[in-house]
Amino acid sequence: MIKINKSTFIMILYFVFLLLPIYWLLNMSFKTNQEILSTFSLWPSEFTFDNYIVIFSDPSWYGGYINSITYVVLNTIISLAVAIPAAYAFSRYTFMGDKHLFFWLLTNRMAPPAVFALPFFQLYSSVGLFDTHIAVALAHTLFNVPLAVWILEGFMRGVPKEIDETAYIDGYTFFKFFGKIFMPLIASGIGVAAFFCFMFSWVELLLSRTLTSVDAKSIAATMTRTASASGLDWGVLAAAGVLTIIPGALVIYFVRNHIAKGFALGRV
Amino acid sequence: MKKTQNQKAWFMVLPVLILVAFSAIIPMMTVVNYSVQDTFGNNEFFWVGLEWFEEVLHSERIHDALWRQILFTVIILAIEIPLGIFMALHMPKKNGLWTSICLVVVALPLLIPWNVVGTIWQIFGRIDIGLLGYTLDQLGISYNYTQDTFDAWFTIIIMDVWHWTSLVLLLSYAGLRSIPDAYYQAAKIDQASRWSVFRYIELPKMKGVLIIAILLRFMDSFMIYTEPFVVTGGGPGNATTFLSIDLVKMAIGQFDLGPAAAFSLIYFLVILLVSWVFYTTMVNMDKENE
Repeated sequence: MIKINKSTFIMILYFVFLLLPIYWLLNMSFKTNQEILSTFSLWPSEFTFDNYIVIFSDPSWYGGYINSITYVVLNTIISLAVAIPAAYAFSRYTFMGDKHLFFWLLTNRMAPPAVFALPFFQLYSSVGLFDTHIAVALAHTLFNVPLAVWILEGFMRGVPKEIDETAYIDGYTFFKFFGKIFMPLIASGIGVAAFFCFMFSWVELLLSRTLTSVDAKSIAATMTRTASASGLDWGVLAAAGVLTIIPGALVIYFVRNHIAKGFALGRV
Repeated sequence: MKKTQNQKAWFMVLPVLILVAFSAIIPMMTVVNYSVQDTFGNNEFFWVGLEWFEEVLHSERIHDALWRQILFTVIILAIEIPLGIFMALHMPKKNGLWTSICLVVVALPLLIPWNVVGTIWQIFGRIDIGLLGYTLDQLGISYNYTQDTFDAWFTIIIMDVWHWTSLVLLLSYAGLRSIPDAYYQAAKIDQASRWSVFRYIELPKMKGVLIIAILLRFMDSFMIYTEPFVVTGGGPGNATTFLSIDLVKMAIGQFDLGPAAAFSLIYFLVILLVSWVFYTTMVNMDKENE
């Protein structure tokens, strides 16, 4: 049973602050444009799914979601694939230039994407990758790989080194040890790193908008372009916004118990 | 943990190195290249040395953007850090349904694409169709974020607080969860006040994560682009044109490659410098703890 004490009350106040704008978006997405513009109401009087139907029937809208999910997944896979061995190296060994390399990786997390927008555009155009999913996925590794290395290194440092040594004494080869023993031990770390890669790739607009035009256009770019073109269709825009929130909400539900731990260990 | 020296570890780092080199060093070199050259079109470039850097350093427009940026960052840090800590203290301490609900709701704004955050507040603040704008208008407060500088700032700051306080909250919460129960019991025996528990137990334990929180909020707010771009587009006039918005205008809007590139480098170095200071403090703190 939830006791309504002072803390709960303050949390609920904060929830109201967090959820009110989202509720308003949800509210608008179920209204007709006419109702949005003519009357002011706290809930839709003529409840309609028309805005969602527009999105699911128009390829330029639902294509945006498919494109976004494609490059986000690609990015998460690439980032983790390169970050796992690197994080292992950083957590277990010292080698020439390791500290400098680690900091250099972090500087990429600190670089403003605006700085890279134009050079990326030219680089990917010149190698023929412009307007492809892989271009955006690669561009996003700029900030996701350092982040993944950082988080994973934190988790791996928490696994005692004796485990590695015992496994070698027991006759495990490096790869067998890594796949059978080490990976399961840091599974939650991989989950948290994947979550952050997903999140930062999913929410980013500037680079995904600069690097795509038609074939790989992200939903974020679709939304801003529609907003600036023909007079605003608020209802559809709101519906599109609501749909972009859903994947994030789903992902967060699965990792909720690891978030706090991930933040502490992964020192993000 | 004692680490073994092993130069072969380089092979494990190599993939990261190649990938990040492709997506960081090559573009960065392009920027450096532009920053020292001028062009008359037709891909003919000639050397201008440090001219662009001088122009950027003396540019009135960039100075203004920089001051706006600093003011913005200071304001949101001053609001988000205390508010985040305060809210973290009120998070439920036991695991359970309520904790799960709290975590999911709190983390929700972080997962919304930045342009949608912009859209949400763009709509929410409108006088005709937005709840916030409409309510303020009905209360007789004149509020119009597209025309009034103060209102535009107000909207953008409250949006940023809405969007990012959760990050500070989650980090502080993680710090708080790592405090053993015995500490609180000892404090209880000593009859410590709520304030001294916070001051002498909770705050020191949160120091590490708080520094990370400040570092992240500093970096991200200094690079903010999408949200103000969607809500105000940098307006009214130039009132909310922060560094990134100005840079993108210059590079992609006006295609002033030289100044934009010089601007990028200076911008990057400023962020790098501050982050380096934070990072060193963090590493030193770790050493003290060990």
